[in-house]
Amino acid sequence: MRIEDLFERTGEWLRDAEDTGIVISSRVRLARNLRDVAFPGWAGEEECERVFIHLRDILKGLKELNDPLSVHMADITMLDKEVLFERHLISREHADRGRGSGLIVREDEVVAVMVNEEDHLRLQALYPGLALDQAWQVANAVDSALEKEVSYAFSTRWGYLTACPSNVGSGMRASVMLHLPGLVLMDEMGPIVKGMGKIGLAVRGLWGEGTEAVGNMFQVSNQITLGDREEDIIATLNRIVAEVVDHERNARLRLMEKKESIVRDHVGRAYGILSNAHVLTSKESLDLLSSLRLGIDLGILDDVDRSTVAKLLTQVQPGHLQKLVGKELKPAQRDDARADLVRSSLLKTTRISRNDEQT
Amino acid sequence: MLCEKCQDKEATVHLTQVVEGAVKKIHLCEECAAESGFDVHGPMSITDILLGMGGESAASRPTPVDRSCPRCHMRQADFKKTGRLGCPTCYETFEDELAPLIKAMHRHEQHMGKVPSRESVRVRMSTEIAALQKSLERAVAQEHYEEAAEIRDRIRTCRQKMVSEEKKAEAEKDSHAD
Repeated sequence: MRIEDLFERTGEWLRDAEDTGIVISSRVRLARNLRDVAFPGWAGEEECERVFIHLRDILKGLKELNDPLSVHMADITMLDKEVLFERHLISREHADRGRGSGLIVREDEVVAVMVNEEDHLRLQALYPGLALDQAWQVANAVDSALEKEVSYAFSTRWGYLTACPSNVGSGMRASVMLHLPGLVLMDEMGPIVKGMGKIGLAVRGLWGEGTEAVGNMFQVSNQITLGDREEDIIATLNRIVAEVVDHERNARLRLMEKKESIVRDHVGRAYGILSNAHVLTSKESLDLLSSLRLGIDLGILDDVDRSTVAKLLTQVQPGHLQKLVGKELKPAQRDDARADLVRSSLLKTTRISRNDEQT
Repeated sequence: MLCEKCQDKEATVHLTQVVEGAVKKIHLCEECAAESGFDVHGPMSITDILLGMGGESAASRPTPVDRSCPRCHMRQADFKKTGRLGCPTCYETFEDELAPLIKAMHRHEQHMGKVPSRESVRVRMSTEIAALQKSLERAVAQEHYEEAAEIRDRIRTCRQKMVSEEKKAEAEKDSHAD
């Protein structure tokens, strides 16, 4: 498989399944390191390169990964890296790396392994909707297959040893991406964020650590990795996410009861701007697309279908946009191209739904 | 806005200082800020934050010798700067410094979850026992005595496995000695 093939398709987790209204995606990430080898940040480039080749060959042979795509960070363009980042396959830090680092990704993009990011191995399983149990099972299975081939750095006291002590223990970060426009509009996110902090969960923006919430999308994850079984961490997260989803549903109901015209106006204006604007930044388009998503969930927006919005949420991002246009663009040019893309996509679905009505 | 010091370049570093109770804002360009001794790019490391929490903590105590890891040669100062360790052996080298840090971060001191299948039975069983003991305490606290009895039996089985494994290892050693 080539990297281009990856870009042409929609990753499994991006497919907007029926019930992904509020929970967009679920991810489990495991941090692992080789015994007796310096961590990537401290090892030299030559040592990293040796480790990369060693691990790449093992990963490519795992039947769980089913003949995966292997990417060497020195061989791909900045634009390719940007696209991988936007697809949540690599981190921002990994995108900055070159020789000595790489990515091994299963064809369906559910399983991706960053080699030599902060740790030797960052293994993730990513699914659409609420599927933490499934993500854990898959990540765990790949990890178990891998540990037959290599010896991990492990201590009886502190579990899996990682470059940063904040990841020791299970080395697991389980996270869920949530779309919470109801709670944002009702101004109720503050106490929720605070409450999660108290029980050891972190709330972040769309791109993880240190990012703000764009498009009303929030990532909730476990902060503490040492001292609990993986299954217990997942169960806690599942329970809390179910509660947040209930709160969001409730907020949406109250919104429609008390402020229906304001909500309809909000959604209508978002649709108006998106289908007529000629210049759109990525933040503005994500925020407005979030409103369309809410409108569809609430059944007050008939002109646009869910899959169009889901597709646009990915395509409006800088990397994907430039891939789609087929050339590199300056920020201002991107804003023009983005508006063109959004206008034409929305026009298409509107035409289709109008035609449906006529026939 | 121009830099207050050189009046030439654009001010990109904006600092707030408290001088004798009064808040003072300073706007500098990157170069002047660096000259004045402000670390613009250095990320605040998590160790600084955590060690800073304890007031008179390890950070301000003079360390007699700056030890380094025998395996990767990372020094304690390097770790304080980056917040990242050099290699798995660093966890043994700097165990005394890391133990309070890890406890502050995770509110726990003992791993409970998965253990690599390559680890010895002894390691796997001791982690399993630690986890079972935690569930046992929970079951007793909730007065689920039947469940507690079950867990106690499982702990017993783990201990037996450990003992039999040790005996086997000793027997192997003996046979090698012959």
